Amino acid sequence: MSAHTTTTADVHGHVDTDHIHGHEHHHEPTWLETYVFSTDHKTIAKQFLITGMFWGIVGGLLSVLFRLQLGWPNDTFPFLESFLGKWAEGGKISNEFYLAMVTMHGTILVFFVLTGGLSGTFANLLIPYQIGARDMASGFINMLSYWFFFAASVVLFISFFLQTGPASGGWTAYPPLNGLRDISINKGSGLGFDMWALAMTFFIVSSLLGGLNYVATILNLRTKGMSMMKLPLTIWAFMFTAILGILSFPALLAGVALLEFDRLLGTSFYLNMIVVNGHLLDYRGGSPILYQHLFWFLGHPEVYIIILPAMGIVSEVLSVHSRKPIFGYRAMVVSIMAIVVISFLVWAHHMFVTGLNPNLAAVFVLFTLLIAVPSAIKVFNWIGTIWKGSVRLSVPMMFAIGFVSMFISGGLTGLMLGNSPIDIQLHDTYFVVAHFHIVMGVAAFFGMFAGVYHWFPRFYGRFMNDTLGYIHFYVTLIGGYAIFFPMHFMTGLPRRYYTFANFETFNNFNFLTQFISIAAIVVFIAQLIFVVNFFYSIFNGRKVDVERTEDGHTYGNPWEGTTLEWTAPIERIHGNWAGEIPAVHRWPYDYSVNDKPYISQNTPLAPGEVEHT
Amino acid sequence: MASATVEQGHGVVSERELWKGGRSPFGISYGKVMMWYFLISDTFTFASFLITYASLRFTQSLSWPNPAEVFSSIPLSIFEGVKAPLVFVSFMTFLLIVSSYTMVRAVQEGYRMDRWGVIKFLIPTIICGLMFLGCQYLEWSHLIAEGMTPTHAADVTKVVNFGQLFFIITGFHGLHVFGGVLLNTWLLVATWNRTFEKRGHYEMVEKLGLYWHFVDLVWVYVFLCFYLL
Repeated sequence: MSAHTTTTADVHGHVDTDHIHGHEHHHEPTWLETYVFSTDHKTIAKQFLITGMFWGIVGGLLSVLFRLQLGWPNDTFPFLESFLGKWAEGGKISNEFYLAMVTMHGTILVFFVLTGGLSGTFANLLIPYQIGARDMASGFINMLSYWFFFAASVVLFISFFLQTGPASGGWTAYPPLNGLRDISINKGSGLGFDMWALAMTFFIVSSLLGGLNYVATILNLRTKGMSMMKLPLTIWAFMFTAILGILSFPALLAGVALLEFDRLLGTSFYLNMIVVNGHLLDYRGGSPILYQHLFWFLGHPEVYIIILPAMGIVSEVLSVHSRKPIFGYRAMVVSIMAIVVISFLVWAHHMFVTGLNPNLAAVFVLFTLLIAVPSAIKVFNWIGTIWKGSVRLSVPMMFAIGFVSMFISGGLTGLMLGNSPIDIQLHDTYFVVAHFHIVMGVAAFFGMFAGVYHWFPRFYGRFMNDTLGYIHFYVTLIGGYAIFFPMHFMTGLPRRYYTFANFETFNNFNFLTQFISIAAIVVFIAQLIFVVNFFYSIFNGRKVDVERTEDGHTYGNPWEGTTLEWTAPIERIHGNWAGEIPAVHRWPYDYSVNDKPYISQNTPLAPGEVEHT
Repeated sequence: MASATVEQGHGVVSERELWKGGRSPFGISYGKVMMWYFLISDTFTFASFLITYASLRFTQSLSWPNPAEVFSSIPLSIFEGVKAPLVFVSFMTFLLIVSSYTMVRAVQEGYRMDRWGVIKFLIPTIICGLMFLGCQYLEWSHLIAEGMTPTHAADVTKVVNFGQLFFIITGFHGLHVFGGVLLNTWLLVATWNRTFEKRGHYEMVEKLGLYWHFVDLVWVYVFLCFYLL
């Protein structure tokens, strides 16, 4: 390394201090550079959030539509025909479009909202702010990450308007159903699926570019004094989320690529001796189970890619609004690491009914039950954090508590389903739907909402409206349980069915099914309240109180938090801090210590004070 | 831990100090961190393909072809009819190894801030990469002419999966080589234009060098699976 010592500017990213102090070296960014092709992490975070909100509305609306069909299978809704055209002739959703909606609902919510929208938003916003960096390591790659996400979004959205409709073979895209490019079997198997695969490829590239940046930024750009054990738990969560994505998405990339070769070139990676309409097709030697292994090698870590950022956000919000240090910081960090490692060893618990060797299944049962241990440690620590705290029941706090409630409720059924003998009985029933929607769907949304309400002042210098926030919270919490709790009792009912009208034995579920549909519609409307609140508050929300003004910048700490993002000016300036980047002297959870309500991370230790380790 | 020391930058600091922020804990730039993580990710992509290979092979291991028979000839007209199992692929492997060596030298010249040195060693790296791609073209067209395609088995390959795995995996590797050749060509042009000289360091040569060595290393595994096992 002798002739090649890395300069500080190198290690610290592309933004040097000259950049911050004056604009004389730098041309004024154009409108396009500021708001569209921006390399600023704050703008990119907003782009991810707003794209995610768009997809949240689309994905939620799809669920409302298919709940209409499930709740009232014998009725017609004439307005649907004007809205969906040939997919709802006579006001009745066709069974083909029903399957397409279920497929797209899963894809959109899992990848485009709860991965892109959640991780993309908060990793981008918080990593530079909380570790004390001017921006991401590479602003350009960060921008590319968003634009690949945008490209994926465009491709997926266009697929709704195809003659044959969007992909309709399930969000997991299992072959052989999705392996044949034959619209006589399944309309969505035509161009719709190819566009799904293209969108996923763009999405994987986006996730990879984003993830590389997050890891490199957290490792290299921490401000002076910010050792790893002084990082807020959000940052730990984002770093391990990124590592999970970097290691697991390649398996999906390979899996989907081979699936497309089967479809487009006629190879037989996943297909073997398929008979269609009495004709034996030419495919020989492939294995559809192989696809499931590749898919779930991503698919299971993916649920932790969704839930870890929510966990990090909730840890932070609970501590700030309880005015108490997080309980068991080290245990929290270690349990994140444990979850990451074990999450790679549980994928086949999605495949217990594929004819998996029972001895092998036993191994996956073991690891599946083991992963409950770090998860339970986290739940225990969250409860320990709010225990005897001076809890402020602000809107973000409500959502964080809601997250813990949902995570416990959904996690308990996870313990049941993790056992292969029980899973074989419950596989593909509404019990499973209830489990994963509560534990990774609703819970992750609660984490995301907690984050949006908590960091809205960081985004826009204003608060979101509290009244609307509380309404949003209570309707979503009660409504979320109203949708998914009854599904636990629908254990015999197969999921993904278009109608149960032909099965007399399921008639006793008619009331519950309608009840769930009504709850789903109410919850969807409550989310529109959130969207209205969000855009209304950008312009009209209550402003953050200004505590002091310095060099023309105003400073305020809306939640009295200790982390570095609140030491930056309320105005969002390029480079985040007006002067020097603050150095860090203490851990991020000094609440109610030394007779002070809170002590910021950049406050030096008082004489005689012992550093928290 | 605290007593362990490493040399980094200007002086000797304790390992604990390295992680205290304000510096890169590994003493490397963010770009190199990103490259390393990218290579780990790419390893998982190749691993997924090779696991697919293993999985399909072991379900039909009895009818799996003998590579010495599949790759028994040299796809050049002057060698027509000559039985020379694995000779051609050995030559291809040799090309990649040579290109790895010249890449190492280019990186070394970059450390020395020797612009001509970098140019001198990048050129053979690019040529070896192009020759490898050319050889791959010859081999592929030869095999296709023998009847082995992504959808059909030749007489000698017996199972259709052998051919399709071969084309997809060597194709994916070839795509990486092609990308590497493009990147190295860009590197050559940038070196020629004194971009790195003005920047004060040739780290980009090192970063793309990492990628190039990775592509060579992956070839070893691809070679092992299709030609040796």
